[in-house]
Amino acid sequence: MALPEGFVRVPITEQDPKVRAGNFEEVCLGYTDEEAVLEASRCLNCKKPMCVEGCPVRVNIPGFIEALKGGNIEESYSRLSACTALPAVCGRVCPQETQCESKCIRGIKGDAVAIGKLERYVADKARSLGMKPVVTAAPNGHKVAVIGSGPAGLTCAGDLARLGYDVTVFEALHEAGGVLTYGIPEFRLPKEKVVRPEVENIRSLGVKIETNVIVGKSVTIDQLMEDEGFEAVFIGSGAGLPMFMNIPGENAKGVFSANEFLTRNNLMKAFRDDSDTPIYRPARVAVVGGGNVAMDAARTALRLGSSVTIIYRRSEAELPARAEEVHHAREEGIVFEMLTNPVEILTNDDKFVRAIKCVRMELGEPDQSGRRRPVPVEGSEFEIETDAVIMALGTSPNPMLSSATPGLEINKRRCIIAEETTGKTSREGVYAGGDAVSGAATVILAMGAGKDAAAAIDEYIRLKRTNL
Amino acid sequence: MYLIKRKEMLHSTIFLMDIVAPRVAKNCQPGQFIILRVDADGERIPLTICDYNREEGTVTIVTQAMGASTHKLMALEEGAYVQDFVGPLGCPSDLVTGDIEEVRKKKILFVAGGLGTAPVYPQVKWLHEHGIEADVIIGAKTKDLIIYEDDMRKVCGNLYITTDDGSCGRHGLVTQVISDLIEKEGKHYDLCVSIGPMIMMKFCVLTTRKYDLPTIVSMNPIMVDGTGMCGACRLTVGGEVKFACIDGPEFDGFKVDFDEAMDRMKLYRTEEGRALLKFREGDTHHGGCGNCGGDK
Ligand SMILES: Cc1cc2nc3c(=O)[nH]c(=O)nc-3n(C[C@H](O)[C@H](O)[C@H](O)COP(=O)(O)OP(=O)(O)OC[C@H]3O[C@@H](n4cnc5c(N)ncnc54)[C@H](O)[C@@H]3O)c2cc1C
Ligand code: FES
Repeated sequence: MALPEGFVRVPITEQDPKVRAGNFEEVCLGYTDEEAVLEASRCLNCKKPMCVEGCPVRVNIPGFIEALKGGNIEESYSRLSACTALPAVCGRVCPQETQCESKCIRGIKGDAVAIGKLERYVADKARSLGMKPVVTAAPNGHKVAVIGSGPAGLTCAGDLARLGYDVTVFEALHEAGGVLTYGIPEFRLPKEKVVRPEVENIRSLGVKIETNVIVGKSVTIDQLMEDEGFEAVFIGSGAGLPMFMNIPGENAKGVFSANEFLTRNNLMKAFRDDSDTPIYRPARVAVVGGGNVAMDAARTALRLGSSVTIIYRRSEAELPARAEEVHHAREEGIVFEMLTNPVEILTNDDKFVRAIKCVRMELGEPDQSGRRRPVPVEGSEFEIETDAVIMALGTSPNPMLSSATPGLEINKRRCIIAEETTGKTSREGVYAGGDAVSGAATVILAMGAGKDAAAAIDEYIRLKRTNL
Repeated sequence: MYLIKRKEMLHSTIFLMDIVAPRVAKNCQPGQFIILRVDADGERIPLTICDYNREEGTVTIVTQAMGASTHKLMALEEGAYVQDFVGPLGCPSDLVTGDIEEVRKKKILFVAGGLGTAPVYPQVKWLHEHGIEADVIIGAKTKDLIIYEDDMRKVCGNLYITTDDGSCGRHGLVTQVISDLIEKEGKHYDLCVSIGPMIMMKFCVLTTRKYDLPTIVSMNPIMVDGTGMCGACRLTVGGEVKFACIDGPEFDGFKVDFDEAMDRMKLYRTEEGRALLKFREGDTHHGGCGNCGGDK
């Protein structure tokens, strides 16, 4: 039985799967003005907005939607941008279905309000109208260094700049944005249209961004604090180190980490004719893993002209990727081999990948994560012919910075140890957050950590000032 | 943007550049490398640091125009800028970080092949500044391709030059010189450092192994980020996977799987050839010759 009007969300236009499989244009085309206002009108403006509880940065969701209902973009954007530095990004890549939208009262008897799509609409519209976030405080002259320009670093920098701090972000790569720039592909998160303008907005708050600086190599945290006058440091260096399976054949030609494949394509723009960076475009690609990274690598390979198989050791229900991404991948023609685990990569005489040897798995007892542990089915070995293998098995924090910073404590997983609510580390004046602390997680959690740390850094510097 | 303060042609295709990069110049050590991008569409090119001037904030690199990107770099003159320049990357040479007294006890032989002479120079110079004179073999295809000869002479102990065609110094490969020095000329060494093309390092190690002469090599595989993020640079060393950019670039030569490392270099060969043709021929390159696949 179809739900009555008001219970169903306003549908959004997407590029046709057959067409988009051959291009790098965005999949989702976003709401039109009328659609956005119509969808906004579904928001009940609850007295006790549960959606805000579901958001790690506590965006004023009913507030910005309320302004949108009346078509007041300026007010809507000003409410939104006061809470988040990256609304056009979050509107596109946040797992709203498990966060804000999962708490929406509308969701009990019908579809939740499309909060993410509305956030995206407001941010995109504001950008097209040339609106910028506003600075609230006068400069206070205190210097703070931020390491890494991913969502954690950018959020922390933006918040501190609003409070009047003199903030410099140091980024190892030649372009700011972290995973938003090097990892998440163009068709989900356009770089020129979305990421760069949001980074520019943060610059417009007075934040300086110095690219090509690897803290721990080009300069140390001690040098920043002792020689360059930074009173506090925030570490948002992410979890960029790729994992491999350590199976035979993994160093053959045609085996890549998802990070390498995505970096070549996104940061280095290898998909464009005018880029000097090469990328491997064979007829067949196998991607190992089931997270967002695996989906992104698979859909990128598809767009570069390969036919793609995703190999995942658990079943459909355990796929860690967002449902939307899996759905999009399927629509585009990506094949899934579930309950399958690689054991060896086979090569031809020239040591190029020829096939991947796998075993079938079945689900056994639940493991620590609560998910049923996959166990190999004996004698079930089989080969999947492929010309390339992309390993998307997860990443861990890079020890380059921690090993060059005496007194900065890390745990067994090489994550920086930091206080949950403040990001305070074992070093005075040094705070950390995002994937560098949690291990690979999400954009919004990294932003939440950046936000909390900004507040803690502000308090730390104020306290130091009054104690002087 | 990073200023090219000085450019010097060392040969028709080999050139040196001093590039202004104060943070790198301040913190770099011999053995480390940098990554640069010529322009906004450029690839990230890793190059070993060949010298540095902490006061002037410059870092010296030496390279040869081979692919499209290095040709683009060679086309830049003094006063021009490169888009990006990041470093220092990788670990410093063990010689400069280890116990200097231990190093002093050793008789060290450097084996430099072709362009590899440039990165050998700062190590030999560093040792010289610390009162240690190391012997150096420089090998090249032919006389014109010998670089850094005069600079090296000023900072090393004995300098042996050899060319494949005999046009300068001894006649033959560096491996022959190693054997001759040890077997015929009564030299004894405790440590060898070999930097050059992979094939040279491979054969160098095969030779030094015969004499139980521990040998350090500097690996230069395909790289992207240079910070441990992509794994393009992975090598097998002593049966374990290592990332050249963070675990290296210097490794124990006896443990490196050179055959695998050399094989991995071939991955993008056709793509690189295509890019070079495109660069050389500009708009006149449309493929269709049937050879390069540029039309595909
Ligand atoms: C392919 C892919 C797809 C994803 N898809 C989603 C998604 O759809 N939704 C979602 O919510 N999350 C997604 N994630 C996860 C999300 O991107 C991360 O959780 C988030 O970016 C973490 O932010 P961060 O600021 O902590 O670190 P990062 O974004 O990793 O940024 C860290 C930055 O620090 C820099 N850096 C590291 N070390 C140094 C140093 N020593 N000096 C200077 N700079 C340094 C790095 O170069 C990098 O730019 C995805 C991740 C990947 C890889
Ligand atoms: S170059 Fe990317 S990990 Fe070494």
